[in-house]
This record gives sequence, structure tokens and C-alpha cells, in this order.
Amino acid sequence: MNREVLNARRLLCPMPVIRTQDKIKQMQPEQLLEVQCTDPGVMQDIPAWCRISGHQVLETWRGDHEYFILIKVGG
Amino acid sequence: MAQQRKAVALISGGLDSMLAAKTIMEQGIHVEGINFFTGFCVEGHTHAIRDKDKAKPKRNNALWVAEQLGIKLHIIDVIEEYKNVLINPKHGYGAHLNPCLDCKIFMVNKAKQWVVENGFDFIITGEVMGQRPMSQRRSTMPIVAKQSGADDLLLRPLCAKNLPATLPEREGWVDREKLHDITGRSRKPQMAMAEQFGIDDYSQPAGGCCFLVDKNYSAKLLDLWQAQGKRDYEFDDVMLLKVGRHIRPAANFKLIVAREEGEGRFLQGYKNQFISLLASSHNGPLVLLDGEPSAEDLFLAASITARFGQGREADWVDVGITFPDGAERNLTVKPLSKDDIPKDWYL
Ligand code: SF4
Repeated sequence: MNREVLNARRLLCPMPVIRTQDKIKQMQPEQLLEVQCTDPGVMQDIPAWCRISGHQVLETWRGDHEYFILIKVGG
Repeated sequence: MAQQRKAVALISGGLDSMLAAKTIMEQGIHVEGINFFTGFCVEGHTHAIRDKDKAKPKRNNALWVAEQLGIKLHIIDVIEEYKNVLINPKHGYGAHLNPCLDCKIFMVNKAKQWVVENGFDFIITGEVMGQRPMSQRRSTMPIVAKQSGADDLLLRPLCAKNLPATLPEREGWVDREKLHDITGRSRKPQMAMAEQFGIDDYSQPAGGCCFLVDKNYSAKLLDLWQAQGKRDYEFDDVMLLKVGRHIRPAANFKLIVAREEGEGRFLQGYKNQFISLLASSHNGPLVLLDGEPSAEDLFLAASITARFGQGREADWVDVGITFPDGAERNLTVKPLSKDDIPKDWYL
């Protein structure tokens, strides 16, 4: 499935969470969103936000000082 | 069947707003949280930048509280709008640059707008009468309700019994008898209530919820306003004030010296906006220069840069200077000694 990509590099928490939240508002259930970040805090904050908002974190991975989160939009 | 009433709770991440939300949830009200990001909130930032803090990653307390309560949390970016609150506070500042009363009015007003837009019924906050010198006094409680436009849609569950009944109480959406009458600065009633609800591990911010109550941070912001000749700021300014050692050798420029690698990496991201300096003959920190330096100033900036690197005892240090347009220059300088940097240059 196509995934949308959100570049949240150089933003510090909670800005990546806010951008993710605002992006997901414009998406449909079941769509995929890959969030790309440089603040390691997102590895805690975005999954926490997804849990309380009914979205699913499918995968997280790290690069060189970069952090990626794949989210499936909930209903 | 009675209509399901809905309340939005201002969630700061501290214990009081958590207890206020819980008190109302216990009465069968649907509660969702709202949290405003002004740019000055203590959450995240510095720990994300500094390597030394990464060992104990901090959680975002507002998210944590929402998760404990099992409620949704809406985090709203108010960075731009907040400028007016901070720059022109009608009710003035607290001990430092914290415009607490105007800030409360602003946030409750934003919550009121949210309530209208989202079909909610009322607003709750964790305010406690007499708890904070500026924004939570008996005399300021009605000011917040009135000037925010929330009026009697604003319910403070922790001290409601000391205040006139609000609409949710009068309409019987919530039972006033089950609300509280906490006053004063003692934290004991809240701690007892937390225990009763089985809540532990909550955060207890000491002064307030943001950097504006911090003396050093406020001094740096004031210095920024003085240097630019007007009270204004960009979001990047707010961020940079949280990072590095700030040194102002002259009115027309200041230096931001990375204190460790994480900060250096963060400052790297600003090299296309600021002049940057880095020793090339020795290891040393990345330094940003904010302002418009003369040729002599650049020399001084390079000597200060050398002072903070491993060449501090050397006779000469080569310092590379990069300009925002990518142009480069090299200076060979004698590092300043510790005593050459007057204390009042440090912000
Ligand atoms: S401490 Fe900061 S966030 Fe809290 S009320 Fe005061 S100005 Fe607003």
C-alpha cells in the first residue's frame, strides 16, 4: 500500500507529535504514514500518542541519528 | 436517556490537572485532554538535544497523564499566537518573564473555542485557589473565567466548592457535592486524592510548567530583546536560548557555544542562518555567532571559540569561520584565558 511520508526532521518533541496528529487528521483509516525524525524522544512520544488516539504503530527503526515510525491510521 | 456530556480538560502533565480530569470522569462525563504548546514548555527539547540527558529519556508528561487516564489528548501548536501573550501581557509578569495570568486567560479562551468547534459542553482545569502567587489567587479566578470568555463553562473541580456554582453544576451534569474545596499551597490533599485514585509516579513540576519561570532563561530572553531593540522572537530563538553556553562580548553580537556533541549536532542545523566557528587545529565545540560582527569582533569570537576547545593552553589555534552563504575564512588566534572573559559576558 502507498504510504505517505512526513518529514519531521530537526523538530523537537512535541512538534513531531503535533505534525503527526495534524497530518493524520487529513488521512483515511487504514492508510499508512511514515514519520521521519531526528529527535529520539519521538520513539516514546509518537507511540504513546498513537495508543491514546487509536492508531497503530506497525514498525519503528533507526538510522544514523534518525528515527522512523510507520503508523496505520485507525478508524 | 440523559445526554452524554463532554468536557475538555487542560492537561499540563502535572498532578492537579490529572486529578481534576479524573474527578469529572468519575461522574460519568466524557473527558478529552487538550495541551497547548507555546514553545516554552519544559517537555522534551533539552533532553532531546543533550547527550548527557539521553541516558534517562524523559516522557512527555501530558501524554503520559492522558494515557493513565485513558483519554485522548489534543496537542495544539500556539507558538505564533502566544507571542502576543508574552510580549504584551495585560496583567504583567510574575517573578521572571512568566505572564501567568494572561497565559491562563489565553489557554482557557483557546479551550473555549475548541469546545464550541468540537461540540463539547464545558472546560475543566486543575487550578487550586491560592496555589500560585499570580494566576491562582481567589481574586484572579473570576478574571480568568471572565476575560477568557469561558464564564461559567469553566469548572475547577479541585476547588469548585469554594467558588460560585458553574453551569455544569447548576444543570446537574456534575454533582457539586462530589467536587472538592482544596485551597493553599500544601500538596497534601492532592497527594491523598492521588493515592485514593491509585495514581503514583506523577510529575511534580517545582515552579510552573514552562521555561519562563526560570531565572536564567528569562535573562537570556531579555538580553535577546535588548540586543534586537524590540520585544519579539522567532521560534528558533526560543529553541536556541535552551541550548549551549551564551556569551555576549558586545551589544552587536553573542556566541552560542555547544557544551557537548549533542548540542553541537543541534547547532549544526543552524549553520545556514548564522556565522559558525570551529577550531580546525584542535578539537573543540561548534560555536554560532548571532549578530553582525566587525572584523575585530570575528577575531575576538575566534579567540573565545579557541578557549573552549582542547587548544585552550596552546599558543595558537586555527579557527575556521563559515558564513551562512557557505563562504569560509580561517583565523589563527591566541585562545583567551579564563580570566579574559568577564563574568558578565555569560548570560
Ligand atoms: S508557568 Fe508558564 S505555562 Fe504555566 S501559567 Fe505561567 S506562563 Fe503559562
